[in-house]
Amino acid sequence: MMERPFAITLEVGSSRANKTGSWRTQRPVYVDRLPPCNDACPAGENIQGWLYRAEEGDYEGAWRVLMEDNPMPAVMGRVCYHNCETACNRANLDEAVGINAVERFLGDRALTSGWRVGVDRPGRAGRVLVIGAGPSGLSAAYHLRRRGHAVTIYEASTASGGMMRFGIPAYRLPRNVLDGEIQRIVDMGVEIEFGHKVRDLMIEMEGGGYDAVYLATGAEIARNAYIPAGDSARILDALSLLRSAEGMTYPQLGRSVVVYGGGNTAMDAARTAKRLGASEAIVVYRRTRDRMPAHDLEVEEALEEGIKMRWLSTIKKADAEKLLLEKMELDATGFPQPTGEFEELEADCVVLAVGEEADLSLLQNVPGLDMSGGIVHVDSTMMTSYPGLFAGGDISQAERTVTAAIGNGKKAARHIDLWLKSGGMQAGLPGDPSDKGYHQAPSGERHRIAGWGDLNTWYYSDAPATVRLKLDMVRRQSTFDEVVLGLDENNALFEARRCLSCGNCFECDNCYGVCPDNAVVKLGPGMRYEFDYDYCKGCGICASECPCGAIEMVLEET
Amino acid sequence: MAVAYRQVKFYQTGSFAVGGRLLDTPERTVQSGMTRTNALTLGHRACQGCGEALGARYVLDAAMHATGNKVIAANATGCLEVFTTPYPETSWQVPWLHSVFGNAAAVGSGIAAALRAKGRTDIRVVAQAGDGGTVDIGIGCLSGMFERNDDVLFVCYDNEAYMNTGVQRSGSTPPAARTATTEAVGDEPGNPWGQGKDMPRIAMAHEIPYVATATVAELHDLEYKVEKAMEYRGARYIHILVPCPLGWGSEPADTIRLARLAKETGIFPVFEAEKGEVIAASKIRSKVPVEDYLSLQRRYAHLFKPARRDDVIGAIQDSADRNIRRFGLLGEV
Repeated sequence: MMERPFAITLEVGSSRANKTGSWRTQRPVYVDRLPPCNDACPAGENIQGWLYRAEEGDYEGAWRVLMEDNPMPAVMGRVCYHNCETACNRANLDEAVGINAVERFLGDRALTSGWRVGVDRPGRAGRVLVIGAGPSGLSAAYHLRRRGHAVTIYEASTASGGMMRFGIPAYRLPRNVLDGEIQRIVDMGVEIEFGHKVRDLMIEMEGGGYDAVYLATGAEIARNAYIPAGDSARILDALSLLRSAEGMTYPQLGRSVVVYGGGNTAMDAARTAKRLGASEAIVVYRRTRDRMPAHDLEVEEALEEGIKMRWLSTIKKADAEKLLLEKMELDATGFPQPTGEFEELEADCVVLAVGEEADLSLLQNVPGLDMSGGIVHVDSTMMTSYPGLFAGGDISQAERTVTAAIGNGKKAARHIDLWLKSGGMQAGLPGDPSDKGYHQAPSGERHRIAGWGDLNTWYYSDAPATVRLKLDMVRRQSTFDEVVLGLDENNALFEARRCLSCGNCFECDNCYGVCPDNAVVKLGPGMRYEFDYDYCKGCGICASECPCGAIEMVLEET
Repeated sequence: MAVAYRQVKFYQTGSFAVGGRLLDTPERTVQSGMTRTNALTLGHRACQGCGEALGARYVLDAAMHATGNKVIAANATGCLEVFTTPYPETSWQVPWLHSVFGNAAAVGSGIAAALRAKGRTDIRVVAQAGDGGTVDIGIGCLSGMFERNDDVLFVCYDNEAYMNTGVQRSGSTPPAARTATTEAVGDEPGNPWGQGKDMPRIAMAHEIPYVATATVAELHDLEYKVEKAMEYRGARYIHILVPCPLGWGSEPADTIRLARLAKETGIFPVFEAEKGEVIAASKIRSKVPVEDYLSLQRRYAHLFKPARRDDVIGAIQDSADRNIRRFGLLGEV
C-alpha cells in the first residue's frame, strides 16, 4: 500500500497533473544588471561584489574581490572622489552608501592583518618595463605581476607613489598607509629602480630587453601664469610647495598666503600653507564656486578650516606684501571677462595652482606618436601608435585622478598581457566596449544599468548613512594628522549592509515566497533560484516584488 | 501599542522580505525554507496573481510548522475549494475536508470534538473560508464556534466579494466598489454605503482568546500571528486581506502591492487582540492617500471617470482616517 500523508484515506490524484504553465503569455526571467556604482568606477571595481562579502562580515573575502581590480584600497578609501557614491541609487532613498568609507576600512584591515595576494599565473612570461612609480605605474606593475610577468619600474625620484606622495598632503593620505600598500606590491616581486630618470625612451627600449613598456610618468610640471611681479614679490608653484611639505625643510611662506587657481591642487596648497604656519590662506579664482574644478568635498573641508575664497578675481600684478586683483564677471558662455574694477589684497606670497602638464621630452625620438594637446594618445587597448609602447595615467588623459590612473594601469596590464601572449600582435579583448570587466553578458555586451525605477524600495529598511568623524579643528589647522577618521567594524558592517544590490539577486527569498503557484524553485545558499515554467502562470508578482530588479518579464512567443 | 512582531532593521531588507542571507535562521519566514510544507502545491487552478492561493499556503505552512505537521483543515465552499479540488485532483498536501458553504466552522468544531474524544490533543484544527463563507453564509456557525470556544483556528481569506460565482457583493464588499450585483450606475454607484460587517471586531465582541488581521503583503507579520494563534487553546480568528485581480480589476502583478497599500492607507487596519482587547497594531510605515489604492482597481474606476467623485473618494479617506485613529496606526514604526 502506498505511503499516504497523515489522515488521508482516499487515493487521489495530485493537481501536479495540471500544467498551468500553458496559461502563460509572459514569463519571468532572472537577469543581472550593471550596478550604477560599478559602472561609475574609473578603476573598474566590482563594488557591489565586494560589498556583498562585507555584508556577511567576510572582510578578507571582500578585500580579495577588491584587489582583483585595485591594489590600493586603503589609499583609494581616502583619496578617491567616489563617483560610485554619486551614482548610488540609495541616494534617492536616504543617502548614498558610504562605499569609500567601507573601502578604507577594508584596506586598513588588510594592512593591519597583513593580508597578501600572490601571483596567479606563475611561470615564465614576459618582461615589462614600467616608467613611473605613481598610481598608474604601480597598478600596472601589480596586475602584470599577478599575471606572471617580470616587472621593473624606473622611477626618477627617490621615493615611489608619484602624486600620491608629492601631490596629496599627508592629512588626506597618511604616509604609513601609502608605504604599506606600495610595499605589498613590491613584495610580489616588482623591482623599482629609484633615481632612474628616462631621458630618451628609444634608448631604454632598444637596450633594455623588455617585451613591452608602460609609460606612466604623469603630469608634474606646474603650469605657469604670467603675472607682472615686482622684484620682491614671492611667487612659487603649488606642486613645489606640496613637495617641500614632504621633506624636512619647509618653505618660508609668511603670514598671509594667496593661492591662485580653483582645482584640487589649489585647495591642497591652501590647506597645507595653513598647516605650515600661515595665519591666512586665501584662494583667488577667476570664476564662481560652482564652476570650480575642485571637488566639492575638498572645497568644503577647506572652508571648514578657515580658508578664504575670492571668487571672480584675477591677479593683475604682484608686489611685495600686496597684490592687485581685477574683478571678473561671467559672460553668457560662462567665461570670465575683466570688468576694469581693481582692488588690493595683502599677501606675503603667491602660490600658483593653475594646472599641471606632462613632460613629453623623453618621447622625442619615438617615431609616429600623436602628442597633440600635450598628452600621449592611445587606442582602446591603451597602446600608442608605436607597437609595444602603452601609456596611461595623467600623461595620456584629461581625467587626472588617482582612481582613473589606477584604472588605466589595470586596463593597460590586461592588454599588455594579451599583446604578449599573442606574440606582439595587436589584440583587443573581444567585446570590451568600456573595460568595466564586470557583469558582462556571455555575448560580451555590457548589461543594462540597474536604475532607480528597477527597484522595489519598499523592502529596504530605513538606514541613514554613517557619518565619518573628522579630526578636531585645532589639530586640522596646525598638523598633518589625517582629517577624516575611519569606520570601526560595527559601522563598516552597517554601512555595507545599506547596499541595495541593484540589479543582482542577493537571495532575499522574495520571489520564492510570493509566488502563488509555487513555481519558483530555491536552489540553496549561493545558488539562487529558478522558475518552474511547467507551472508558472506568468502573473509577474515575483518581478514586481523583487527588491533589486533582478527579474524581468518577457513576452512568450506566440 | 507594541509592534506586533520583532522587526529586524538595517540588514539590507531587514524583515521586510521573505528571507535573506543576513537574517539568522529563526528570523526568516517559514516560506523562505526549502522544506516548507507547500500545503497548496503546484497545478492549482487559481487565477494569475491570486492572493487567496498565496494566503492559504502562507497560513497552512505556518500552522504546520507550528504544530509539527499535525493539522487538519476544514474548508468551506468557495474559490479556494473550487480551484484546488476538481475531481480527481487535489492540490492539498495536508489532511483536508470540504464542507458546504456555510458550515466550515461547525465542521471544524466537529473535528475538534472528535479529536478530544480520542484524546488527541496534539492534532490541531484549522477551518477556513472566503469572506462569503465567513461573514454572510457562515456567520451563524462561526458565532457558535466562538461562543462555545471550540479549539479551532478559523481563517477568513477576505477578497471582498463572491468571486468564484462571478463577483457578487458580500457583507465584506467595501462601499462604492463595483460588483456584478452593485453596478456602477446612478448617483451612488457601486456598493451602497452602510455599516458592512467588520468581522474581526465582531469576533472580538465574542471575547475569544485571540483575534488578528493580516495581509499577504507582510509575511513575517502573518506567520507570527498564525504561529501565535496555535499557542492558544480555544476559538481563534484570523482575518486576512487577499486581493483578487479578477474581482478587483487589478493587474495580477499588483496583488501584493495592493495588500500593502490597503494597510499603508489605513483602509485595512492590521492588528491583534486578546479576549476582546486590541494588544498591538502594525504602524503605517509611509502614509499614502486612499486614491493610490483605489486608482489601481477597475472596481473603483467610476470614481475617477467620466467625472471625478471627490465626495466618494473623500468619504473613503474619512473611513481610512477613522481606522488610523481607532487603532493608533500612526507613529514610530
